[in-house]
Amino acid sequence: MRVLAAMSGGVDSAVAAARAVEAGHDVVGVHLALSRMPGTLRTGSRGCCTVEDSNDAWRAADKLGIPYYVWDFSERFKEDVVQDFIDEYAAGRTPNPCMRCNERIKFAALLEKAIALGFDAVCTGHYAKVFTDADGNPELHRAADWAKDQSYVLGVLTHEQLRHSMFPLADTPSKAEVRAEAERRGLSVAKKPDSHDICFISDGDTAGWLAEKIPMTPGDIVDETGATVGGHTGANQFTVGQRRGLKLGTPAADGKPRFVLEIRPKENKVVVGPHALLAIDELNGIKVSWAGLPIAEVATGEEFDCHAQVRAHGDPVPARARVTEVMDDGVGRQRLTVTLAEPLRGVAPGQTVVLYQGTRVLGQATIDAARSLARPEF
Amino acid sequence: MYLDHAATTPISAPALAALTTVLARSGNPSSLHGAGRRARATVEEARETIAVAAGAHPTEVIFTSGGTEADNLAVKGLYWARNAAEPQRRRILVSGIEHAAVQDTVEWLEKHEGAEAVWLPVDATGTVSLAALEKELDDGGAESVALVTCMWANNEVGTIQPIADIVVLAAGHGIPVHSDAVQAFGSVPVDFRASGLAAMSISGHKIGGPVGVGALLLGRDVTLTPVQHGGGQERGVRSGTLDTAGIAAFAAAARDVTDNLAAESARIAALRDALIEGVRAAVPAAVLRGVDPATAPDKRLPGNAHFTFPGCEGDSLLFLLDMAGIESSTGSACTAGVPRPSHVLLAMGLDEDTARGAQRFSLGHTSSPEDVDAFVAALPQAHARAKQAGMAGRASSIRTASTTR
Repeated sequence: MRVLAAMSGGVDSAVAAARAVEAGHDVVGVHLALSRMPGTLRTGSRGCCTVEDSNDAWRAADKLGIPYYVWDFSERFKEDVVQDFIDEYAAGRTPNPCMRCNERIKFAALLEKAIALGFDAVCTGHYAKVFTDADGNPELHRAADWAKDQSYVLGVLTHEQLRHSMFPLADTPSKAEVRAEAERRGLSVAKKPDSHDICFISDGDTAGWLAEKIPMTPGDIVDETGATVGGHTGANQFTVGQRRGLKLGTPAADGKPRFVLEIRPKENKVVVGPHALLAIDELNGIKVSWAGLPIAEVATGEEFDCHAQVRAHGDPVPARARVTEVMDDGVGRQRLTVTLAEPLRGVAPGQTVVLYQGTRVLGQATIDAARSLARPEF
Repeated sequence: MYLDHAATTPISAPALAALTTVLARSGNPSSLHGAGRRARATVEEARETIAVAAGAHPTEVIFTSGGTEADNLAVKGLYWARNAAEPQRRRILVSGIEHAAVQDTVEWLEKHEGAEAVWLPVDATGTVSLAALEKELDDGGAESVALVTCMWANNEVGTIQPIADIVVLAAGHGIPVHSDAVQAFGSVPVDFRASGLAAMSISGHKIGGPVGVGALLLGRDVTLTPVQHGGGQERGVRSGTLDTAGIAAFAAAARDVTDNLAAESARIAALRDALIEGVRAAVPAAVLRGVDPATAPDKRLPGNAHFTFPGCEGDSLLFLLDMAGIESSTGSACTAGVPRPSHVLLAMGLDEDTARGAQRFSLGHTSSPEDVDAFVAALPQAHARAKQAGMAGRASSIRTASTTR
């Protein structure tokens, strides 16, 4: 196969590319330039698409003896990932930009370009597994190493995208193994620290970064009954589950600490309440997609057993899910209802719920509403 | 098939011979013993050769590490010297299509030294506007100008600039002119003395010499503040031990290209014209940028062809041609390998999308008709694919969760 290896300059994508080469594929390495101002150097584990990362990827490609290019996706990235991130926060939701980047950049803009240029697949250093059945239909599964498993952030990929995806690190027992392999192969990135945080917020201060981009208007903080208990300088700086920095004037009746339960951007209100009300029992999902062919219950609308996971490294909980179809502007849209057998904490609209059966990723939806059954409506 | 001679051209046989011969010898040209004298003699002979090749006096040849250093030395050195003598001279009149070595230097002076850059516009062919220069000198106040700098020929679209006219205009006000002649020298006739320039940059590796050596030609009456300090070599303007072997090879290459200039540039221009014809036949939508050599052959570098391919991303074309064994360039400067729309094309009035579809094909002393034929044969498929891949700014048509609701 002709394989385009997306190389971030990190150890995972370098080893993934090496394995693709070793498997006999015709591999070309590409570094995605996602920032318009790449003239920065890396500081610790933060940052991405810096000159240094590009050079690291380049050196790895040299070692592997594959051609290497830098392709500019900064404009798309800015529009599809950065702007979306800002818009989602401005709407009071908590997005996952890495997921969005996989969905619209790596496995859409890049994949489409790759296919047009004659490639068969895009290869990345994600820890996840694609099985292909006898009919050529792909299934997405968790990686062998559950601690490093990244199937969650790939849960948004569709059947068509997975058909052209290659994750050579799928069966690697551990990250240490990947580093050791990089060392063996003489890749200079073997000891490079992992990337954390959001690549386009270089100092890691998400709240500060957002404050410059989203107008903040003072408003009320209300409790779970709707009674005003304090004020805030801008609703969008809060996240669900947050306890610190609320500066409430009126103490809770039981004297216990209160947490952010919900952000209501339209009313510019922040809803707070006791810890118990953070426990979410039911999720509603929009923007539903299936990682491969949907299971039978999707079409029949029957409820099915699954596990639900709401963050990249959160534990999955047993759940029952059901798909309904609603009409929207004359077009049928899928809606997902997930009833959690064990409540989940810190679930915010905008986050993605990924559904699993065993190791298999079924699909995902963006959380539109998260309900605690103990909490009254107001 | 190497179609990127404007980036660097293979070392010529006389240059390689000189390089290896001299490299094997020891000796610092500043030393006073035998080995030193021998090295010094090699350098001075090379200086004389370069002087002849560039139409200068040997004293006017200041060896540098290359074109970029020569540009830095000229622009900063002239600015500082002029500004020190007359503090009101803060303006630098500079063409809007300079190589980064000049452009970035001027911007640095603006940021750190209180200079004011006046970017002179160019027309659609990439020729700098003399009217704009005249206006800046007359209306803007010539007494506030420190220097004028304009490249001899543009590195991307190959347009040869009206250096003689620029010098005449500036000379009327006693303003020194610098020209980056890195692309022009060895490719078209360049005569430093006849040009009336105060300073002119040339480079070794663009003419078949080694990388890492170049020169600034500096009029003997021109005062320059040094950028680099040390042992006071090169008229005290450029300190540092001279690279005897590199300088000897540079001189050998310079002699070689200038001796054969007329015949070689005619041969290369004919290849270039065949290439242009081939591109136009293969991809009728392709647009030749710069001066059409059919109408004004002496206004374009003989080895330069530059096209924009509508609806194609330059880096897609580069990739596909590279895979087909054809080595070309998007023509514009890269930061971390990221192709940005060229400031030259934008200055010529192109929009960003059009500018992103640029590809430069440059020919040189090793080019042959076979290179052109192989390229023209590979182009249609590469172009069709690149067009299909479209522009990077375009949203992907792959449908996913967020493209639905």
